[in-house]
Amino acid sequence: MMDVGPFEILISALLVIGGVFALVGSWGLTRMPSLMTRLHGPTKVTTLGVGSLLVASMIFFPAIQGTYSAHELLITLFLFLTAPISANMIAKAHLHRQGRQIDPNPMDHIAEGLPETGLGTGWATFEGLDTDQLNIPR
Amino acid sequence: MIGIAVLFAISCVGLAMSMNLWRLARGPTTADRILALDTLTINAIALIVLMQIQQGSAVYFEAALLLAMVGFVGTVAYCKFLLRGDIVE
Repeated sequence: MMDVGPFEILISALLVIGGVFALVGSWGLTRMPSLMTRLHGPTKVTTLGVGSLLVASMIFFPAIQGTYSAHELLITLFLFLTAPISANMIAKAHLHRQGRQIDPNPMDHIAEGLPETGLGTGWATFEGLDTDQLNIPR
Repeated sequence: MIGIAVLFAISCVGLAMSMNLWRLARGPTTADRILALDTLTINAIALIVLMQIQQGSAVYFEAALLLAMVGFVGTVAYCKFLLRGDIVE
């Protein structure tokens, strides 16, 4: 029986969890029916998985190798900050293209109309546009 | 123990990247392809981190950091191009 310290168990568990989360995120990207549902997998699950792998690296280098660097923290912070922004940009681009009937996907159900915003105004992303040319009912 | 866990995680991330490639090739919409590229970048960062743990060297962190930044800027540029037909107006 080889000697296994508590750090090794922790790092191995984090590595396995991170790998499984990354796999599940891409599985969602492959299997979900429409873009708006597909966005969930990569933006939340994959980000969490990569975050777990980075935490494993953050523990591994000081505990096993005896070296320390702040790069993992920077990468984690940057990924967690940028994932929602890029998801928002992709969803926005998708909404506009669906509104102009460029490569429509019937599974998106956007043709049935977007829900009310509840503020008495339209969706902010379509503000200032000639909405008569959009095919999204408001 | 860590070696086995790293190998498992590398195979998981590799399988995930092949799934992303399938979505990148299949589409069907352009936004799907942008999303697949974004996920590929994030998985590449994961692969770099795993490779460093396997080799026990911290040489490639700058590469991972650069991939994170350039991947985000690339995604935003693609989306901006789809939205406006131009990137810097």
